[in-house]
Amino acid sequence: MSAITRDEVAHLARLSRLALREDELDQLAAQLDDIISAVAQVQEVAQGDIPPTSHALPLTNVYRPDEARPGLGPDAALAGAPAVQDQRFRVPQILGEED
Amino acid sequence: MANAVTNSGAAELVAYDDAMSRYQPVLGLETHVELGTGSKMFCSCSTAFGAAPNTQVCPVCLALPGSLPVVNATAVESAIRLGLALDCSIAPWGRFARKNYFYPDMPKNYQISQYDEPICVDGHLDVTVDTPDGPRGFRVEIERVHMEEDTGKTSHVGGATGRIHGAQYSIVDYNRAGIPLLEIVTRPIEHTGDLAPLVARAYVSELRDLVRSLGVSDVRMEEGSLRCDVNVSLMPEGAAEWGTRSETKNVNSLRSVERAVRYEISRQAGRLDAGQRVVQETRHFQENSGSTVSGRSKEEAQDYRYFPDPDLVPVAPSAEWVEELRAALPERPSAVRRRIQAEWGLSDDELRDLVNADAIGLVTATVAAGAPSDDARKWWLNELSRRATETEVELAALAITPAQVARVIALVAEGVLTNKLARQVVDGVLAGEGEPDAVVEARGLKVVSDDSALGAAVDAAIAGNPDVAEKIRGGKTAAAGALVGAVMKATRGQADAGRARLLILERLGVEG
Repeated sequence: MSAITRDEVAHLARLSRLALREDELDQLAAQLDDIISAVAQVQEVAQGDIPPTSHALPLTNVYRPDEARPGLGPDAALAGAPAVQDQRFRVPQILGEED
Repeated sequence: MANAVTNSGAAELVAYDDAMSRYQPVLGLETHVELGTGSKMFCSCSTAFGAAPNTQVCPVCLALPGSLPVVNATAVESAIRLGLALDCSIAPWGRFARKNYFYPDMPKNYQISQYDEPICVDGHLDVTVDTPDGPRGFRVEIERVHMEEDTGKTSHVGGATGRIHGAQYSIVDYNRAGIPLLEIVTRPIEHTGDLAPLVARAYVSELRDLVRSLGVSDVRMEEGSLRCDVNVSLMPEGAAEWGTRSETKNVNSLRSVERAVRYEISRQAGRLDAGQRVVQETRHFQENSGSTVSGRSKEEAQDYRYFPDPDLVPVAPSAEWVEELRAALPERPSAVRRRIQAEWGLSDDELRDLVNADAIGLVTATVAAGAPSDDARKWWLNELSRRATETEVELAALAITPAQVARVIALVAEGVLTNKLARQVVDGVLAGEGEPDAVVEARGLKVVSDDSALGAAVDAAIAGNPDVAEKIRGGKTAAAGALVGAVMKATRGQADAGRARLLILERLGVEG
């Protein structure tokens, strides 16, 4: 049973701005399907009485006080930028979106 | 995929009244409020407005590997307090979700938000709209209030208009990325008829006042700390199904909210009249023309692939905490208005002027500082409103405090200042010359009322106008005005005119 289609992989690739070749789409569809199928086995043991979980730790309400602290200086902050202009991160234009 | 789908070009706009005679609008408002916390939502970077680019950033808000977010307790408290003030239920347990999208305004490639587990649900806000038949109330239902983080600021370089189209590249400042936001979402607002633009405006205005009264944000719309997405659809009169809606993004002032709704009604009516369909799309409001223009289309619905953020644990406010916050809520703005109207004996019109000038808080603070309410109202609504208009700032942004206004009013009441001198004192305070008393001293503005100084001026006026003095001696006390004028001139307007008149009549042996 194939849960993940080639079209879905193409759609996800487009959302992530990944350029995938035709053969990669087929390959990844199969691989993703295997992963999903493996993870889906959990559903066989986790019936309706077990709530879905998103976190491994039984914790709630982890907060910090609202106190401002210095972060990185702009030089350190921009050290990993692909390019810098006017103390800002300079990035390629993103098509298909508008500010 | 960048551009909106349109069919057969733009249709004619339909005059608003004409449109409203045949169509019913349905509104929906999504309002983002930037919280006034000192630090960001998930890290300790400062939120101060106006800092140099990328000076308020850290590994968390820059999404550097290995960094982890931790929730700001005050932001959660603010969300609960606003929810309670909107009569919402507070969720006993809820998670943050990742909203995934590919755009450089968030370095993580997702924004932390809340999706199907918002912290507040099912509230309402009552608003009042002025109509020719008197004030009319509307209840706006609130669907949800959720917490999220603001995005960085992108500027597009190389395009003609600063927009992305034609831009060569973008430059990004992440100071704003991660500042806590609350998003307040209404349920569809129906049955407003032609009052729709006013209801939308009244809702945003009331929400702003409520947020401000809670002290959770300073709500400066011009700095973008409150911004609105306005959804509008039309359906033919008598129809059962709603029409397709447009969403006008980032509308930044009360007036713009009203204009955006009005324009969308005229535009959509034009399309429907011409047999075209309304496209479900994002639109942008044009401040200059009051129109909206098409942004990106929603034809390919945004696919944000929300999922619970595994880096954050659930928010589970205890019932005790919620009740504690509920008990400590301040009086609602609507209740404040009713109370001050009764306490100060205001007519509906006087109250409306106060509300429209956004002066209730300022006048209340001035009264609290000891001024009579009538005087406080007059100063803020007349003289100070005029100064605010002249200098194009909001009333509250004037460089004078309610306490200083109260002091000026007290100086007038004590007879130290005339109204004319008081205005000069206000000039001085606004110009940064210090407290009212210091300005009076430095500018030598005190009314000349001590009898020795005034007496000398009175004697000089009598000596200089013997004819007038003679008339007064003969009983024509009305002529004293001329001598009072001379005294005022000699003292450069600083004399107490009433006192001068008394002294003149006394010197000339006439009963006032």
